[in-house]
Order: sequence, then C-alpha cells, then structure tokens
Amino acid sequence: MIGFENVRKEYPGGTVAVEDFTLEIPSHRSVVLVGSSGSGKTTLMRMINRMVDPTAGRVLIDGEDVAHLDPVQLRRSIGYVMQASGLLPHRTVLDNITTVPVLRGTSRRDARTRAAELLELVGLDQQVATRYPAQLSGGQQQRVGVARALAADPDILLMDEPFGAVDPIVRADLQQELLRLQRELRKTIVFVTHDIDEAFLVGDRVVLLRPGGIIAQQGAPREILARPADDFVSRFVGADRGTRTLHLEEVDGRRVVVDADGRATGVLDHDRTAGEHMT
Amino acid sequence: MNGSPLGQALEWMADPARWTGPSGIPARMLEHLGYTALGVLVAALIAIPLGLLVGHTGRGKGIVVMAAGAARALPTLGLVTLFALLMGIGLTAPLLAFVVLAVPSLLAGAYSAVESADPATVDAARAQGMTEMQILTRVEIPLGLPLLIGGLRGATVQVVATVMLAAYVGNGGLGRYIFLGLGSQDYPQMIAGSVLVIALALVLDLLLLGVQRLTAPRGV
Amino acid sequence: MNWLQSNLDQIVAYTGAHLAQSLPPILIAFLLALPFAKLANAAGWLRTGITTASGLMYAIPSLPLFVLLPGMLGTGFRSPVNIILALTLYGLALMVPSASDAFRSVDRDVLSSATAQGYAPAARFWAVELPLAGPVLLAGLRVVAVSTVSLVTVGGVLGVPSLGMLFVDGFRRGIPVQILTGVVLTAVLALMLDALLVLAGRMLMPWTRRGAPRRSRGRERTGAAA
Repeated sequence: MIGFENVRKEYPGGTVAVEDFTLEIPSHRSVVLVGSSGSGKTTLMRMINRMVDPTAGRVLIDGEDVAHLDPVQLRRSIGYVMQASGLLPHRTVLDNITTVPVLRGTSRRDARTRAAELLELVGLDQQVATRYPAQLSGGQQQRVGVARALAADPDILLMDEPFGAVDPIVRADLQQELLRLQRELRKTIVFVTHDIDEAFLVGDRVVLLRPGGIIAQQGAPREILARPADDFVSRFVGADRGTRTLHLEEVDGRRVVVDADGRATGVLDHDRTAGEHMT
Repeated sequence: MNGSPLGQALEWMADPARWTGPSGIPARMLEHLGYTALGVLVAALIAIPLGLLVGHTGRGKGIVVMAAGAARALPTLGLVTLFALLMGIGLTAPLLAFVVLAVPSLLAGAYSAVESADPATVDAARAQGMTEMQILTRVEIPLGLPLLIGGLRGATVQVVATVMLAAYVGNGGLGRYIFLGLGSQDYPQMIAGSVLVIALALVLDLLLLGVQRLTAPRGV
Repeated sequence: MNWLQSNLDQIVAYTGAHLAQSLPPILIAFLLALPFAKLANAAGWLRTGITTASGLMYAIPSLPLFVLLPGMLGTGFRSPVNIILALTLYGLALMVPSASDAFRSVDRDVLSSATAQGYAPAARFWAVELPLAGPVLLAGLRVVAVSTVSLVTVGGVLGVPSLGMLFVDGFRRGIPVQILTGVVLTAVLALMLDALLVLAGRMLMPWTRRGAPRRSRGRERTGAAA
C-alpha cells in the first residue's frame, strides 16, 4: 500500500506544485492520477520513488516513510516507465533491460535469461535484444521501457504518461497489452495521464486532480461517470459534451448505442442484460 | 632541387646532418611532443574532473563559460614572454603557460560532454536507481565522450602552437628552427621548421579526430 | 607606469595597426562563410568534407602560416597582408561550421510556411532564414572576433607592428610592465569588440532580447591556433 499524508510541494521561488494531498493507494490495484498540466500529478508520482522530496507531509510504502529509505535502493525496487521511455541510447535493448538487475547484483547470465522472458512477456521478438533503442519504433521502445521497469520484479510500477508519445493506434494496442499484463502480474500501478479516456480504461481507481494537486473526485471510473462531483469533473470527463450521454436507437431490429450528437458508438449485445453489465 | 623557398627548405631538411644530435629534427620533434604531452596531461588532471563535476551538478556553469571565453582573448605570445621574464629560465614558466592555455578547452569539453546528455535519459537512469557516480560513468561520460575528446583535441592543438612560441624565449622543440632562421635570415631553415610544426600539428589533430570518431557511442 | 607614459604614442600606434589587421579578416571571414555554409548544407558529404577541412585548418599554428604565405604570395615577411590573409583563413575555419550550424538551426517548418506565404527564394533567405540563423551566427562571429584579435599579436615576432610588438620588445628589454600592458590591451580590445557585437546583435535582433538564450551545442572549440 502507498500512502500520501498531507503532502505539500513548494519550489524555491514560491511556486506551489502540490498544496495538501492525502491519498491511499491499495496494493495490487492500478490507480490513475489524471489532470491537466499544473495539476501536480507527475510531481506526486515522483515522490513515491523520491525523485521529488515533499516540502511537508509524508509518503509511506507499506507503512514505512520513504524519507527514511536510501533513494537509490528505493528506486531500484520500484519500476518506472516514462514517456519516450528514457532508454539509454548507447546501450542495446538487452543491456537496457538488465541494467537494474545487474546494479542489484544479479549475475549477468541470470539477468539475460530474465530479460529474454520479459521480452516475450511484453510481446517483443527476441531479435530486438541486440538492437539499439533508436532502431526500434516508438511502440517497441515503449514495450522495452515496460520490460525494463519489470526487470527487477518490483511490487510497484510507476508509469508517467507512458503512451503519450506514440500514435493512437499503437497507444490503444499498448493499453490493451498493459491490461493483459496487469491481469497476469497484479502489481501496484500508479499511472499518470492527462487523457481521461486512458484513465478510465487502465485504472481500477481514478483520482481526478485540479491545479495544485487538489483532489476533485476519486473512485472507480463508473462511479465518477455516474455521479460527477461538480462541473469541473463533468467537464473533464466530457459528460457535458454529450459524448458520454448515450441512448439507444432501433436500427433494422438491432439496438444501436448513439451519443447526444447522433453519432453511433456501438451495438448493444442482445444476449446480456443491463444488470450483468453493471457488475 | 629548385630555387623556390619550399624547395630550399626541403633541401635543408634533406641534409643528413639535420637528422642526428641534440638539435637534429628527431630530437626537436621528441622535445616538442614531450612538452605538449606534459602540458596537456597536467591541464587534463586539473580540468577534466572539474569539468565533469560542473557538468554533472550544473553548478559553476557561468564561470566555465566565462573562463573559456576569456582564455580565447588572452594572447599566447604575451603569456609565454611574461612568464619567462617573471620566472626565468626552466620548465616552470613554459609549463605554466601551456597549462593556462590548455585548461579552458579541456574544461569546456568535459563540461559540455556531460551537459550534452539528454536530461530525459539522465532522469530515467536516476529513476531506475543509478547512483550519481553511476550516472556519470555509465550514462553521461559514454554519451559525451566525443565532446570530451574534442576538448582534448583543442587543448593539444593549442599546446603544440604554444610550445612552438616558447622556443622564442629559449625553450626547445621545433620552434627553434623558426626562430634561429629568423635571427640569422636563414629562410630555408625557417620554412623547414614551419613545415615540420604544421605536419606535427596535423598528425596529432588527425589522430585525435580518429579517436573522437572511434569513441562515438553506438546506437545514438 | 613611467614606461607607459613615455610610450603612449607608440601604444596608440600599435593599437591602430592591431585593429587594421583584425577587422578585415573578421569581416571577410564572416561574409565568405555564408555562401560556404549554404554550400556545406547542400549535401551531407560536402558538410563532412568542409567541417573536417575547417578543423584541420584550425589545427595549423599561425606562425608557420605567417612564414609560409610570403613565399606563396610574393609578399615580404613583414607585410600585414600575410597576417590578414592567414587570419581570414582561420576566421573561415571557425565561421563556416558555425554558420552551417546556424542555418541548420532554423526550423524547416518556418521556412516552408514562408514559402507557402509566397516568399521568393532570395527574399526568403534575407527576410526569414538569415535573421533566424542570426543568434547562432552571432555566437560564431564573436568567437572569430576574439580569437582574431588575440592571433594578430603573433605577427610581432616577425616584426609586423601590432600590440604583439610590446611582448617582443618587452621581453628583449626585460620590462614585464610592457608585456603586461600588451596582454591587457589585447584582451580589452578583444572583449570590447565582443561587447560591440553583442550590442549590435541586440539592436538587429530585438526578438532575442527576452527569454532564455538558445543553447548552442557542440562544435565551439576553445583552443586558439596561437
């Protein structure tokens, strides 16, 4: 479990990135921090592995204050995936994936074996192992980034807009891949994005932030959609734009789901009842 | 041989007597190389660690940039003659001039080598749990090595030229031929000395250029 | 100080000669570098060739060049023409790669949108490309100016009048103050020229006045061919 207790971040010069933030993130679930730029979402996430230290308040992992942990050891125990993957450009894919295990003292041979498994896990061909990051497509780089983050088998995975730099089709692909991985691995995932659709897709829980790290609303995606706390949330999730207000229309004996602007978004499944959908 | 200045210089060089003894071409060439190596080495010991530190921490950036700029404005010949006059004959005066003139280039090279690393890559390395030393030695230095060698190249070229000028105040090296020739209006000797210095400078520069190419990180 | 007072006329004369040998190479190198840089940017192999040649040119110490040029040009050893020509070559060696970087630093999208707006090639160069390359060009020109002023002094050992004569004369006569005066004046002259260029840049490129200066990467070499 990850806990934020009255966390504040103020930069020299007086900019307040986060005013007063408290949150509990349960283990083995994926939690998405979503907000526009200036909401402090990345700052908050980077406090977990001490890339940022809070000005006030505490960040706890399983009850232990991270401020008392050695930052280097802490970071090695937490997976981190970032936009544009942050791979080392002068190391091969294999060397990139084995970096952390080798730093932690795993033998090079074991690390390589593990890397081969990881490549398979993230859906990459073994051939890419000897390539350099620049020789891969954006989507492939992002997969390597995920494999690298998983290399030391961390309990916690931090993901900072990991799919922000790839095109929409590849992004959708990677999002599905992440959902599959999470069903298999059950990590505690903290995911940061500004894309509400992505947040609803990958998050078990979604935390919607206003500027300054103020929580506008948190809960399961369906709860937020069903009962937006205020206008800010409504606007953010797009409830007011009509794209989320759907109704049914009968077309040739099938029921088609249509949004407020009259655009068809899908076909209702005849074999399942509304009750089953809700569970 | 013909009567052109270059032809006369070649004739001067072709004399077997020029190739033996303490004032022969091989001895002068070795002297020149020795002074250059010593000057660059001492300067490197001072400048490279400092440049890496500044590049990694980002502190003192302004001073490095200013030092590099100011050093360019310092006339080499002025330093050489001034130090010689103040400190007298011996190795100290010229060595001090070599070091003073080589440091800025090395400092700027080491600094820009570290600074050239993509901040996102460095951030990712830190987020993965690399220590600051590991970030420096495994990420920043390998990625910036060509720039570091570039600084070394600049310093070497600078010191080769300064060693030549140091012959004016009585030191050895290939500059001797130029100044002896100048004093006795022996133009062939002057031109021969000039050709030799140019050859030495070009060979060293090409060698370091080769090293620079070889150290370019793969994959980038 | 006595020495300074009694030699003021001489110093002024040397400073004038120094400027007369510094300014032409700086100006010529800058103007010639522009077409060379455009040529270099026309093809990758040209760029590699021209930058490599520039690097090697810069590696050649200046005094040997001052000695060799008279034989090739038929000028006398003590002619300032040798100094001006040699320093133009060094100026080009510094300025061409720098100008090539400058033109490459201009955003392609801005150029193509200028074309789309109807700029003819020549007008686009003068009105869009050159001003946008300005900041990086200026950085290169500043390096050329400072290094040229410093290199002029080397002609002193050949007897070409400049502030370098103060080193030669001061060393021969054993007057440290004379050498020190020469060092300080050379540095002041270089830094004043540099400051003038910065000022001119601000006036010609008002859009660069505010905000963070563009970070220039790489090529700048700090060694001077003394």
